[in-house]
Amino acid sequence: MSDFTHGFWPIYISVLTLASIIGTWVFLRSQTTRKLAPGEKPELMKHTWDGDLQDLNNPLPRWWLGLFYGTMVFAVVYLLLWPGLGSYPGLLKWTQIGEYEAEVRKAEAQFQPVYAGFMQQDVVTVAANPDARAIGRNLFLTYCSQCHGSDAAGARGFPNLTDGDWLYGGDPDTIRATITDGRSGMMPPMGEALGAQGTKEVANYVLSLAGRPHDAALADVGRPKFAENCAACHMPDGTGMQAMGSPNLTNNVWRYGGAEAAIIESITKGRNGVMPGIDQTLGTTSNKEAKLHLLTAYVYGLSQKQ
Amino acid sequence: MEATTYNYKVVRQFAIMTVVWGIVGMLVGVILAAQLIWPDLTFGIEWLSYGRLRPLHTNAVIFAFGGSAMFAVSYYIVQRTCQVRLWAEKLAAFTFWGWMAVIVLAAITLPMGYTTSKEYAELEWPIDLLIAVVWVSYALVFFGTIIKRKVKHIYVSNWFFGAYILVIAILHIVNSAELPVTMTKSYSAYAGVQDAMVQWWYGHNAVGFFLTTAFLGMMYYFIPKQAGRPIYSYRLSVVHFWSLNFIYMWAGPHHLQYTALPDWAQSLGMVFSLMLLAPSWGGMMNGIMTLSGAWHKLRTDPILKFMVTALSFYGMSTFEGPMMSIKTVNALSHYTEWTIGHVHAGALGWVAMITIGSMYYLIPRLFGRESMFSTKLIEWHFWLSTIGVVLYIAALWIAGVAQGLMWRASNADGTLTYSFAQVLNTMYPFYGIRLLGGAMFFVGMLMMAYNVWKTVRLGRVVDDAPIPQAVHA
Repeated sequence: MSDFTHGFWPIYISVLTLASIIGTWVFLRSQTTRKLAPGEKPELMKHTWDGDLQDLNNPLPRWWLGLFYGTMVFAVVYLLLWPGLGSYPGLLKWTQIGEYEAEVRKAEAQFQPVYAGFMQQDVVTVAANPDARAIGRNLFLTYCSQCHGSDAAGARGFPNLTDGDWLYGGDPDTIRATITDGRSGMMPPMGEALGAQGTKEVANYVLSLAGRPHDAALADVGRPKFAENCAACHMPDGTGMQAMGSPNLTNNVWRYGGAEAAIIESITKGRNGVMPGIDQTLGTTSNKEAKLHLLTAYVYGLSQKQ
Repeated sequence: MEATTYNYKVVRQFAIMTVVWGIVGMLVGVILAAQLIWPDLTFGIEWLSYGRLRPLHTNAVIFAFGGSAMFAVSYYIVQRTCQVRLWAEKLAAFTFWGWMAVIVLAAITLPMGYTTSKEYAELEWPIDLLIAVVWVSYALVFFGTIIKRKVKHIYVSNWFFGAYILVIAILHIVNSAELPVTMTKSYSAYAGVQDAMVQWWYGHNAVGFFLTTAFLGMMYYFIPKQAGRPIYSYRLSVVHFWSLNFIYMWAGPHHLQYTALPDWAQSLGMVFSLMLLAPSWGGMMNGIMTLSGAWHKLRTDPILKFMVTALSFYGMSTFEGPMMSIKTVNALSHYTEWTIGHVHAGALGWVAMITIGSMYYLIPRLFGRESMFSTKLIEWHFWLSTIGVVLYIAALWIAGVAQGLMWRASNADGTLTYSFAQVLNTMYPFYGIRLLGGAMFFVGMLMMAYNVWKTVRLGRVVDDAPIPQAVHA
């Protein structure tokens, strides 16, 4: 469909708008009759419908006319001051993007002093500062708590950020990269490759890696299958690989559940874990760098033993 | 041979289904209100989940309940005020079965998750085609009857019905332009912000013409009939009819304030929404002033109470609407519960209450009785509904304003004061009050169903209401 960029359209819009308001005004004028004199009865129209339906013909109430004209005057004044008549920008030169940018500039200036001190310090130092943690917690509640929970302890499918176990690494730089650009974890479904019995065997081997109750016979059969199908990402000893975000299977931290059935489901169907990057969420908001810095420090601090 | 009686059969069918669909639609609404408090209420069954039931609720109350009511009263009024039997009665019968088929298809496909995702236009393209066919048939029956009328002057209700039928046809056909991919999937013919603008041009005028113009036509017949008084001002009818229909067409962009819609279009949506205030109030005033000389009837007549309360809610929500279209107000109110409260002030307070009052007038007459089985039950129904609506909208006003203020509240360090979950937590008491109000309105509908059932049982089907031979001037 056309984007209506031709110079004709702003004129079309302006003419149509003004003609509509003026036309309504003229119509209203033409329908205005004199007020009834005191004691004068309104005319009863001649027509009758369905036995008894009739109309009186009272004049248009004056306060109502005033209201109607008032809104039309408001409309014209508004359209002079603000954009409305096609490409005419209005005397105030207001734009919605301009209003937004002004608010961001104001916030930038207002809050910059709050953040300036922290920007001089590294993440580890900021993480130890209670004031910074308070700000970081607010940012966390706004941007992160929907998935990771208000206490950052995660939920099924969403990592716990307080347990010191990191999929991609828990050093400040990695945390910042994770927050900024997000992460896409992908474990391919292995159900078809392994078959139902093979899946059960590998699952029992995985249980044995974590030291959980398992069927030792099945686990023994599962061991070579694990080496063949899973070790490339989870490593031969099952301790995972942070470069790929493949979880450590030996430490009893389970994002999708550690029961045999849950592990079988993970192996059979695979898993897709997506964390959106905050870079886009923050967009062009004020003090973006400072927010990233404080958030990184807060998340870093969550797993540091006090 | 010329017919000597009116066709009441199709009116009766639609009138009964108005009550049935009212109960179904409002029951789904009550379930949704409860789900907001107890999200696991429906045991995780996907076709009973909030996202599937929500469009079912809106479609059921607007198009099944409101639509059936409009078919019933427009067929009744056009015959009686034109003093002729319906034109093309087989087509009229088709509109009944066709419209019921649309509703049943909606009730099946929406819970299954088939949707275009356009609000109030969720139904997929095969159903859209059926709607178009039924609606064009409706237009033929209605305007055909107008053309063969015996009474020269066209009654005011019929102006409003004519406008509503014509405009809904245009809105539906333009907004539903879509490219089918399979039987259950299509893509809108428009893209991006143009799609949004077409959608809200449709959406707002669905409110303006389906839920306003049409029901003003209903009001213009049943209020003077029930009050036994002439309409206050013919001139006011003319002026507010033309100005309302003309200005409504411009107001859609106010649904897209502070979005990707160009600034100029947002401004036009706002100023024309403000200009809509006087035309809207013209209708309210003409209805209420028709009661002058008959105010005493309000003490004893619960049907009239329904109608006058409906007009009061109409006046209230048509004041609220223009205010909410102002950019700065909209920046607070948009996306909050306030919007839902506003919609229900109109939908329950105005549309449902004028319909209920009109049905209490109409149904006994369709079954050869003077009045409903129990006036006392109507009185109970009136108070339950009124208190229910007031609880509903007051709760959502407070909730909506609180929500808007909490979302934008910020700390001295520039961070937000409240997390999303904290705001949600604040909503719970108000969700509770809203559920209570909605449930009261629903219980009133059950009383109505009982009252209608008893009335129909005691009455007899009237297929032979005679057309008066003497033609009015």
